Amino acid sequence: MIAQLLLTIAQGVGLTLYVTGASLLFGGAIGLVLVAAVRSRIPVISGIATLYINVVRVVPPITWLFLIYFGLPQYALRLSAIQAAIVGFSLIASAFMAEIYRSGLLSIPDAQREAAHALGLSPVATVGHIITPQAFRVALPAVASYAIGLLKDSALASTIGVREITYYAQQSARQTHEGLLSFIIAGVLYIVISLVVAVISRRVDLRLRRKIGVA
Amino acid sequence: MDMLTQWVGWLPNLAPGVLVSLQLTGFSLLFGFPLGLLFAVMAEAKFLPLQWISFLFVEVGRGLPALVLLYLLYFSLPDAGITLTSLTTAIIALSWNAGAYASEYFRAGLAAVPLGQKEAAITSGLRGWTGFRIVILPQALRISTPPLAGLAVLMFQGSSLAFVIAVPELMSKAFQIASITFEYISVYTLTAVIYGSITLVFLGFVRVLERRLGRHLERR
Repeated sequence: MIAQLLLTIAQGVGLTLYVTGASLLFGGAIGLVLVAAVRSRIPVISGIATLYINVVRVVPPITWLFLIYFGLPQYALRLSAIQAAIVGFSLIASAFMAEIYRSGLLSIPDAQREAAHALGLSPVATVGHIITPQAFRVALPAVASYAIGLLKDSALASTIGVREITYYAQQSARQTHEGLLSFIIAGVLYIVISLVVAVISRRVDLRLRRKIGVA
Repeated sequence: MDMLTQWVGWLPNLAPGVLVSLQLTGFSLLFGFPLGLLFAVMAEAKFLPLQWISFLFVEVGRGLPALVLLYLLYFSLPDAGITLTSLTTAIIALSWNAGAYASEYFRAGLAAVPLGQKEAAITSGLRGWTGFRIVILPQALRISTPPLAGLAVLMFQGSSLAFVIAVPELMSKAFQIASITFEYISVYTLTAVIYGSITLVFLGFVRVLERRLGRHLERR
């Protein structure tokens, strides 16, 4: 019984990872643009970016998903459930990633920028070679814990019919009446994936520490 | 304009949902925070099985998506012969979730109280529970309050998950209206606005609270 349930529910692992990974990727990229916009000297741009981040964060993820999945077809923009989930979670992730980047950037002392300037580096080179590598290392643990948070949030995609872990667990629970077992298996799968992400991030973090040589 | 008239028409239907959402959040925090403190104290206990129980509850409560926790209770409690309303089930699941996160904040708060305080309490004749209650706990709570307030805001957003087990909260009310009127964008935008504005009010409170608690640290 357990083996059968595990096989059924594990079918969802692929889509869980796909939705989480794609959203993290797109969200991470949009987040970069956002953080640049927030730090822009033009008040309109930084104002809009800040507003976007706050609006995204104060609305629950499930409301975003429903707005995108059920709402957008009204404007003749029909997305599949998977696409809608990725769009929704990318939107949410972009706001959170922007905040993570921002705190990473804030942790770099101004003296680094001044030193780069004194050495005659161009602003682009300063950002590319001095600020970003250091900020990345500071932000990495936060990115990893956000990735785990997003993994757990991706369970919400089941509510719009994405066939990920929670979706299959729910199906099994209804069909086999093994509710407890189905969701314990789903929970174990989520915890195992989280642990893998945590271990990988720690490895990368340690390697970066050694490479850059900061304690 | 059209949308606004729709919104005014829907508000009476959504209002009871908002109340249920707030009720759900309130009860989850009411049970979740003491539970979190209990887990935090148990994690420091000298009796090992208590530590294991605390570890199990905290890791399951934090490691599982809240949605899975909700389904887990919803699908398994009836099999165990326990029939509860969906609201009660949601309160239990979200309290567990909140308790697991809160316990980490309580632990951090307790750990931040210097050891000297405990020694001072013992020297003053305040042993065990009395010393903990009068000397350690108030200092720990002051440190834990800002993150706990942040958690409270998140729990309000998390209350929307109860939709999946048919708790008649804001999201379910919105879903009902949307499936009758097919005005998805309009309904869910209004829902987003309601969630957003209540969250902003909460965030405002959190900021005031943080400032008040940090007052003794401000330089004059």
